[in-house]
Amino acid sequence: MADMAAPALEVSQVTMDFGGLRAVERVDLVVRPRETVALIGPNGAGKTTLFNCITGIYSPTQGRIQLTAADGRVMALKGLKPNQVTECGIARTFQNIRLFQNMTVLENVMIGRHCRLRSGIFSAILRTSAMRREEAQVVKESYRLLQRFGLARHVNEFAKNLPYGAQRRLEIARAMATEPSVLLLDEPAAGMNAQETQELVTMINQLKASEGLAILLIEHDMRLVMQLSDRIYVMDYGKLIARGTPQEISRDPAVIKAYLGEEEQ
Amino acid sequence: MNFDYFFQLFLGGLTRGSIYALIALGYTMVYGIIELINFAHGEIYMIGAFTALIVIGVLTFAGWNGTAVLVIAAIVAMLYAAAYGWTMEKIAYKPLRKAPRLSALLSAIGMSLFLQNYVRLAQTANFLPFPNLIPDFAFLKPAARFIRPSEIVIYATTAIVMAGLTLLIKFTRMGKAMRATAQDREMAQLLGVDVDRVISTTFVLGSATAALGGVLIASHVGQINFYIGFLAGIKAFVAAVLGGIGSLPGAVLGSLVLGWTESFFTGYVSSDYEDAFAFLFLVLILIFRPSGILGRKAMEKV
Repeated sequence: MADMAAPALEVSQVTMDFGGLRAVERVDLVVRPRETVALIGPNGAGKTTLFNCITGIYSPTQGRIQLTAADGRVMALKGLKPNQVTECGIARTFQNIRLFQNMTVLENVMIGRHCRLRSGIFSAILRTSAMRREEAQVVKESYRLLQRFGLARHVNEFAKNLPYGAQRRLEIARAMATEPSVLLLDEPAAGMNAQETQELVTMINQLKASEGLAILLIEHDMRLVMQLSDRIYVMDYGKLIARGTPQEISRDPAVIKAYLGEEEQ
Repeated sequence: MNFDYFFQLFLGGLTRGSIYALIALGYTMVYGIIELINFAHGEIYMIGAFTALIVIGVLTFAGWNGTAVLVIAAIVAMLYAAAYGWTMEKIAYKPLRKAPRLSALLSAIGMSLFLQNYVRLAQTANFLPFPNLIPDFAFLKPAARFIRPSEIVIYATTAIVMAGLTLLIKFTRMGKAMRATAQDREMAQLLGVDVDRVISTTFVLGSATAALGGVLIASHVGQINFYIGFLAGIKAFVAAVLGGIGSLPGAVLGSLVLGWTESFFTGYVSSDYEDAFAFLFLVLILIFRPSGILGRKAMEKV
């Protein structure tokens, strides 16, 4: 267990109000490097809203969100724009596929790589030689990444023409292209069959092992959650109602009442 | 049928079409990125022409002459108009990015009226003569009956600008960022794309293109006033919609179709209803092909 490591992502007392509606209320949550943490809860519990707060799509009404990079730098994320949050080292996928459908598989990944580059817009328009070298490097790295995700033979296809499972993999590959230290997955197994789900588990475990990545995932497939997670947080009506290991969570009466109970009866 | 006459009308239509295309390209780019019909785009074109006229006046006064003056004036006009486009986006559209689309549209119309009247007050309400500084190309002498030097320059510029923008969007990093932003702005941002910068760049490029059009068209027509941007903007908008708004090749195709339609109609039927016919044509296209000539399937935004 990685419990002793310093947290990569630390969410403290985050509250998000929409007008009079409190969608997230004083949530505390940490994810450590090489740890997979699941965030579960019934629909409308505020899980995706919390993701939106972390990634800068929403600016939380209250609270603090802090990211610690592998080199020890500490960054406050609250109030940053989504692209700045990405530059700090958080990447994310969505529950519905949001690839750039009319771009090729390679281009989708290249977009993600670009935030790690130096050359500015003028060299991009003038195509200086430094910029060209950098671009060639990006293509090479993107291709390597696609190979790792088993997408190498699709490089020049439009994203919209890929089979479903490959589109899901491409989303994760694209997120990984931004070199995150924390990866947020919003229902990664949605719509997948048993075999695809199993492949996903293997993939997530590999990512965790090889990159020292901290993974936070929202998922409804309980078997997947139990299989993947080191720890689990449970949300209901915007609040955290439980936290703990999969064993603890599956025995927690509050959780069973709010969430698991319905599935087990 | 008189072939000479037909050919004249054909070239006249090509000229009109190229002119519309230079304006429509910027229109359609902005629409592609933020789905805003930027009604003030025509005014940027007008401001480009005015800037060039002022620069030409100053340079001529300083004793310069010839094509160099026009080139310098065009460059200054493009830079100046680009600055206008950039500023316009920041003050009139950016604050409304999350507002309903109608608000941004109203803001665009307001911007258009403001710029027109600002130029009318700051400059003049009268027509001003615009010198023709485009050289008499020797190779055009035999065809002088059909085609003027300014027309050749307009064709060439339109072709170069279209090709340049297409390459930019297809192959450069900024182009990829633009396409990504057009397809899913939030997702692009989550992948580290600075969408504010992408949108600003789009306005800068579109405005510079429009200004270049303004300079060339003013040279061709020979006079300008504060109102020229209005009709030109509307026509370019029609052309962009005809071709399928959001698509660069569509903007050029729509512009050419509109140019030829107007030219042939004026030549063979009546010049009194030229604009009416252009809009009637738009209505027909929209009834039978609501997403424009290049249809939704073939169209790629930006």
